[in-house]
Amino acid sequence: MKDGVSIELQDVWIRFGDFVAVREANVHIDGGSFFSFLGPSGCGKTTILRSVSGFLDPSEGKILIGGKDMAGIGPNKRPTALIFQNLALFPLMKVWENITFSLEVQGVGKAARRKRADELLDMIALTGQGDKLPSELSGGQKQRVAIARALCAEPDVLLLDEPLSALDLKLRQHMRTELRQIQKRVGITFIYITHDQGEALTMSDSIAVMRHGIIDQISDGEAIYDDPATPFVASFVGENNVFRGKVKSIDNGMAVVATNRTGDLRCRIGTAALGNLQTGDDAMVFIRPEALSIAADATDAGNHIKALVINEEFEGLAYHVFLEGDAGKEIKMSITNQGKARETSMNKELVLEFNPEQAIVLPFGELASE
Amino acid sequence: MKSNSPLIKIFLGLYLVIFFGYLLGPLVIMSITGFNSNGFPRVAPWECLTFEWFEVLSNDKRIINGITNSFIVGIGTVILSVVMGLAGSLVLIQIWPKLRSTYYTIVIAPILIPGVVLGISTLVFWDRINVMLGFSSDSFLHNGIFQTILGQSTFIASYCMLVFVARLQRFDTGLTEAALDLGATNAQAFRKILLPFLRPAIASAAVLAFLASFENYNTTTFTFGKFPTLTIELAQKVRYGINPSISVLAFIIVALTIIGALSFEIYQRRKQLALANGAPVGSVSGNFQLPKFMRGNPASIVLLLVALGGFSSIWFANVYSPDACKVEVREQKRLIQQEQIEAIKQQQLLRQQEEAQQGPDIFSPDNSLVPKTDSEPATQGGGSFGNVFAPQNLDEAGPESDAKEDAGGSEASTTNSGNSTFGNVFDPSNLDQ
Ligand SMILES: Nc1ncnc2c1ncn2[C@@H]1O[C@H](COP(=O)(O)OP(=O)(O)OP(=O)(O)O)[C@@H](O)[C@H]1O
Ligand SMILES: [Mg+2]
Repeated sequence: MKDGVSIELQDVWIRFGDFVAVREANVHIDGGSFFSFLGPSGCGKTTILRSVSGFLDPSEGKILIGGKDMAGIGPNKRPTALIFQNLALFPLMKVWENITFSLEVQGVGKAARRKRADELLDMIALTGQGDKLPSELSGGQKQRVAIARALCAEPDVLLLDEPLSALDLKLRQHMRTELRQIQKRVGITFIYITHDQGEALTMSDSIAVMRHGIIDQISDGEAIYDDPATPFVASFVGENNVFRGKVKSIDNGMAVVATNRTGDLRCRIGTAALGNLQTGDDAMVFIRPEALSIAADATDAGNHIKALVINEEFEGLAYHVFLEGDAGKEIKMSITNQGKARETSMNKELVLEFNPEQAIVLPFGELASE
Repeated sequence: MKSNSPLIKIFLGLYLVIFFGYLLGPLVIMSITGFNSNGFPRVAPWECLTFEWFEVLSNDKRIINGITNSFIVGIGTVILSVVMGLAGSLVLIQIWPKLRSTYYTIVIAPILIPGVVLGISTLVFWDRINVMLGFSSDSFLHNGIFQTILGQSTFIASYCMLVFVARLQRFDTGLTEAALDLGATNAQAFRKILLPFLRPAIASAAVLAFLASFENYNTTTFTFGKFPTLTIELAQKVRYGINPSISVLAFIIVALTIIGALSFEIYQRRKQLALANGAPVGSVSGNFQLPKFMRGNPASIVLLLVALGGFSSIWFANVYSPDACKVEVREQKRLIQQEQIEAIKQQQLLRQQEEAQQGPDIFSPDNSLVPKTDSEPATQGGGSFGNVFAPQNLDEAGPESDAKEDAGGSEASTTNSGNSTFGNVFDPSNLDQ
């Protein structure tokens, strides 16, 4: 087991001509941690990864691996191994030759390589399949071969570019846990790229959420989910009901927002927005579907939202109730399945409530996929 | 619109027959002439089935020398062209996009320039270089093989480059990056990743280069110096008269090509089949039945039959002896010859008799007034000159006339007096009499 090596991006800009792919990225990644970049397609995740692995020089800024500036050091000299988005297994080489390619270029003898390949094949549960060609493997098996090939190089940092995106749901979930286990076992730093928030949340020690070249937030999964820094993060990670409006009053970290269609809502100001949200500012309120519930007492002076049930979905773990509030505002509520009789039914008028601590106010901003 | 009207079918059939006749007819005819004992490559009249031209061919020093030179030049051209073509294609793929089309035009230009021009320029260019370097006129820069290889490679390398570009466009550069990422140097990534990927293209480029070199005439004709290649030799031979050993050479080349193409096809199909079944290539071996690829592919059956024909004729050559036939043909020719000599003799006899009869009448009024008539002297004149200018006697003038007629390939006259009056005395096959 190795000690993980830390990575640091200092004011990194990456441009392609006039196009800015990465804007002023400042990231510190602890040695031995599982770090994820999360963001929609085309936001610059691969670009960051390629600059860390040395295929791309940042236009500005520095990249340090283990405290050492990597400027001018080629990909074959960096202590990183990259698992490509399309895996890039060598199609003409057998599986075992693929896995031990890094040893072959160092001039390690065939017998030693074969032995090492067998060990790694055991580790990825492909014992005895070393003589196949990559084209004769299933998607998940290819995946594991790609991981084994990267690990065989004994890198200090393993970079993974959406390695699970091509797999079906079941296999993806299985591979998630497997990847996490491998990371714990070998103890090296993993940098993982994904546009799947579930993947990022389940596996990572730390997550950076990106939006076209800008890193919006870096924190652990809980903070990202419960305390998003920007409207983009709030709407990209998990589901959220969004209410637009103006800040009416602020006191002690809480704000009352006069929303356009749903009346006044009292909620917590997001940590990142503390101090820069003023009365009268345009603002957005984010309430997660699971934070909503049917009001126990619709007459008290709490946060109340009136809405009409228009659709229901049962997902096993929860019911998803789709409602229509005032002026056609769409609202989603999720109720944990506790085996009790449902209180909702189609076309029923409901009054919803929520805990003000679980509703976040942020300054007006860009949402994901709008 | 349905196209199964019988008329269209007939039309289509006819078209195919003409098409293939046009494509393959000359090859078939030429191959057949290689087995006729007639001294000039021809199908009719068919004399004897013979394999003597194989022997004549194998004893023809100039042809053998030409083949050897062609092979040396071919191998040299393959090596040079494949290497240059590969380098050129790699540059094309990686060059700065703005320069790409300019670069492409430049490297593709030799294909568009006439081979003659390339040949002359090669000759002149290396001569200049030779002079500039102050070498003697028999230095290697003036060597025919050296110049021919360089001259041919100027445009064959471009062909090779096109083959490589086609393959390279399907290359995933991610593979090279993966290799670099795993610690390979650039040279290692090239050798272990890109080269194996290009192997099929290298093979096709090599075959293409070899064939293009082997059949080249335009460029070579200026550069061959003291090392004439096969095409040069053949061209020179045609000028001085040919015999069917050339047809035999053509037959051998055609047969080799067919066998080569067939075995490659079989190998490919077998590999595909094996891959489709998910089995390793070696495991699909021949239990003796019509292979799957044959079904519904008449062309390959035809090819196979032709190849079989080739093999069996080689076998037949060792068993069959055309001597008996030749003796017979010779006998026949002798008979015809004799008959004709008889006929001529008789004619002459007849004429002498006539003259003898006419002689006394020479002073008859009819004959004394010579300028009076136009028609009579014609017949008489003919008679008095002993028919020297009669068409069938013209041939008696000498061996050249026969040779000329042979070279011209006059088909109809070969059956009439033209040949038979002489009983083929000047036919090369009879020369040994
Ligand atoms: N070589 C290049 N030249 C010009 N633009 C590029 C280049 N590579 C990437 N880009 C641009 O940079 C942006 C980010 O690309 P990148 O590949 O990093 O996206 P990504 O976040 O990995 O997306 P995905 O999830 O789809 O893989 C894209 O808009 C892309 O068009
Ligand atoms: Mg990407």
